[in-house]
Amino acid sequence: MTTESAPAPKSGVAEDVQQGPRVAVSALITNLREYGLILALIAIMVFFQFTTSGTLFKPVNLSNLVQQNSFIIVMALGMLLVIVSGHIDLSVGSVAGFIGALAAMMMVIWPLGPLSNPLVVSIICLIIGGGIGAAQGYWIAYHRIPSFIVTLAGMLIFRGICQALLGGGSSVGPLPDGFKALSSGFIPDVIGPLTLIPPTVNAAGKTIIGSGLTLHMTTILIGVVAVLAYAYFGLKARRTREQHGYEAEPFTLFVIKTLVTSALALFLVYQFASYRGLPIVLMVMGVLIALFVFVTKRMTIGRRIYAMGGNAKAAQLSGIKTERLTLMVFVNMGVLSALGGLIIAARLGQAVPAAGLGSELDVIAAVFIGGASAMGGVGQVIGAVVGGFIMGVMNNGMSIMGVNVDWQQVVKGLVLLGAVVFDVYNKNKG
Amino acid sequence: MASTILEMRDITKTFPGVKALSNVNLSVEEGEIHAVVGENGAGKSTLMKVLSGVYASGTYDGAIVYRGEECHFKGIHDSEHKGIVIIHQELALVPMLSIAENIFLGNEHARFGIIDWNANETRTSALLKKVGLKEDPKTLITNIGVGKQQLVEIAKALSKEVQLLILDEPTASLSEKDSQALLDLLLEFKRQGITSILISHKLNEVNRVADKVTIIRDGRTIETLAKKDISEDRIITSMVGRSLDDRYPPREPKIGEVVLQVKNWSVYHPIHAERQVIKGIDINVRKGEVVGIAGLMGAGRTEFAMSLFGRSYGRRITGEVLLKGKPIDVSSVSKAVEHGIAYVTEDRKTYGLNLIDHIKHNITLANLPGVSRHAVIDDLRELAVANDYKAKTNIRSSSVYQMTGNLSGGNQQKVVLSKWLFANPEVLILDEPTRGIDVGAKYEIYTIIARLASEGKAIIVISSEMPELLGITDRIYVMNEGRIVGEMTASDASQEKIMRAIVRGEGKAS
Repeated sequence: MTTESAPAPKSGVAEDVQQGPRVAVSALITNLREYGLILALIAIMVFFQFTTSGTLFKPVNLSNLVQQNSFIIVMALGMLLVIVSGHIDLSVGSVAGFIGALAAMMMVIWPLGPLSNPLVVSIICLIIGGGIGAAQGYWIAYHRIPSFIVTLAGMLIFRGICQALLGGGSSVGPLPDGFKALSSGFIPDVIGPLTLIPPTVNAAGKTIIGSGLTLHMTTILIGVVAVLAYAYFGLKARRTREQHGYEAEPFTLFVIKTLVTSALALFLVYQFASYRGLPIVLMVMGVLIALFVFVTKRMTIGRRIYAMGGNAKAAQLSGIKTERLTLMVFVNMGVLSALGGLIIAARLGQAVPAAGLGSELDVIAAVFIGGASAMGGVGQVIGAVVGGFIMGVMNNGMSIMGVNVDWQQVVKGLVLLGAVVFDVYNKNKG
Repeated sequence: MASTILEMRDITKTFPGVKALSNVNLSVEEGEIHAVVGENGAGKSTLMKVLSGVYASGTYDGAIVYRGEECHFKGIHDSEHKGIVIIHQELALVPMLSIAENIFLGNEHARFGIIDWNANETRTSALLKKVGLKEDPKTLITNIGVGKQQLVEIAKALSKEVQLLILDEPTASLSEKDSQALLDLLLEFKRQGITSILISHKLNEVNRVADKVTIIRDGRTIETLAKKDISEDRIITSMVGRSLDDRYPPREPKIGEVVLQVKNWSVYHPIHAERQVIKGIDINVRKGEVVGIAGLMGAGRTEFAMSLFGRSYGRRITGEVLLKGKPIDVSSVSKAVEHGIAYVTEDRKTYGLNLIDHIKHNITLANLPGVSRHAVIDDLRELAVANDYKAKTNIRSSSVYQMTGNLSGGNQQKVVLSKWLFANPEVLILDEPTRGIDVGAKYEIYTIIARLASEGKAIIVISSEMPELLGITDRIYVMNEGRIVGEMTASDASQEKIMRAIVRGEGKAS
């Protein structure tokens, strides 16, 4: 992966102006590399669609897929920034487990009165997550203790506190339904459902579940609006570029890209709509992904994080407060770890001592599959998200196929290695 | 005369899209010092990589004939086996290992994998004596200076029974004194029958030691000059393909009021707390003035500049900084930048650039607010700024989306300069602005400096090349051992005067 999708930059300088097929071909090659990961995800999905005889894309399964993997992707957003800034965070799984336990204690066990309201508890937990990130980031940023060591310590500490909180091996629950909705809920259909094919009613007068076709219209509306907005802003950005005399990427490529993305998005939206609508956790994830894409691509703080990861000394001598920035990266990671912990607890409906155990490795793997560099300075939000989904689809697909869990790990390991080898090979060639 | 030891015939090497070398010929005679000169990016280093086997046989066209035998090196091991040793510009020593360990790294005196330290150290002592380095073989590399490290590299080459020694810009980071010592060593080797290929930007050095000079431009051999034909003017003309009548652009200084004044500036070493590195320095710079700071390596010039720039170096910093007569706070880099001070570092790769990012992002890094609103970057404005500075400083690249790591030294320096120009400083401190860059690019940098001065900026240039300071500055401070030991106008100054100030200062300090 390159650091940014270079939109076939063309200045007004005469020597740079090339016309004709060469531009299109070279743009296609750059972009193919850029989208190679997404193509890989699609290939993997198609593969499992066949091997699971169509189960993968079933609406129910898609919802499951999202609900099972959302916490990985949420944490991968924070991990991306950590890795881009040249660090690592091994504590995220333990922090997630600890926050899940804390939330359960606050909602179920401790007599907190009105404070045990799920929303209040969630907010308090996110703040505590930020505090944990700050505590770890402080040593890393201001005392230059290697992040590997600080967060390895954090990993042990917070797993221990998590288990202690839950009183040894026991689990705490059940959690209130309002809280569980975070993971297993769907957005309400404010428009009202549209029944295209009425469900079949059997002889006993009961409807057969899964028969007929009823669409969740709010989901459809959100999907259509999102796709239209995507196309509109894409066109608008092109027009601004052209008005300022810069050449944008070839129009055909833009159209193909927009059409494929829109078609894929609409297909998924349709699948969700024909089940129970968009999962709430997917909405949360979607908003966070959009936010992090914006922060990394467009905001000064994002740019500074990449610069710091690329060359910390040069960044510092350019007036960037690298210590404070590092601290903020870890605070952000802490908040997202806490959110991950809440999502896990909400999905399980209870807090268990092993919640999030080992998930730091999945999160880190997602970021590296997504093309981030272990040296820092390189990595994309979308890459990390796609990397997370590649892991998730493989987990899900292989489980449906009945592949033994042991062998699933072997396959995931090989995919991680293969993805990074491919990336390094590409980089050396290019 | 002696026989030909090495002949490279019609070497052509292509990288995807670029022809780095086309039909280059190089013929080196036994026992001579053969200089290879050319602008950065001319293909010198590529040629040497072909010779030493870094680019394996088969990845290039042409033939390498060494001692009458055609060679097909597959890697550095093959060429070293034949006694061809290359010493790269960036030293390849392990800092936390000792001199002896470094010299015999990968080549230890050992039996069954068990190292015989006595043998290693005895041999190291002998080698160090040969290169004139008085250090204990057990000293860690990190504890000796760059000049001595260079000598360790050479000792390492000697340990490999070197017959053809290739030095890639060996004096780029050495002081005048160390450079002289190194060149003397080369002459000594010549007497012992070792053939050397010297790649250098410094024409006076080439002039002094080389028996022959081969000039390369744009991947082609231009000509090979014999000793009697070597002259700086001739070399420069061949290198740049045009004659540089004047190596420094003309300018008419218009000097105004004092912009920056530093009073009684003192700094202590960051690790050895009792060691005072900067001892009460007073300097000032005026509007439109170019002030030079001369001195030898280790005089404390970089340390002074960096401590001034947001306390980026040292501890217990005391003293006063006045901007246009008012005291300012420069305790952090961002504060210094806000007050209009910019520092272009001496080591652009380590401290100046994000090498894995492109030109555009590097140029705007020190002034992101200048291309953004409410912390959101305006991509088009940024692109316009980058293209503007690319044109202004004449950065040669396919576009502003080229990675800075792939640029030549001169172009990298222009990117760093652009970054600080975009931050719109009033005082610009340039630390060794032309180190390791070729004659043509140097002239361009000088032109930029002259233009900035005429626009009313106050400029401080730190340089180890005295002719450069004499050529581009209005006034020169001489620094030695953390003190200012002399001040002179450029018209009064001469290399001799500067050296005398340093030597006198040395006497005073000890």
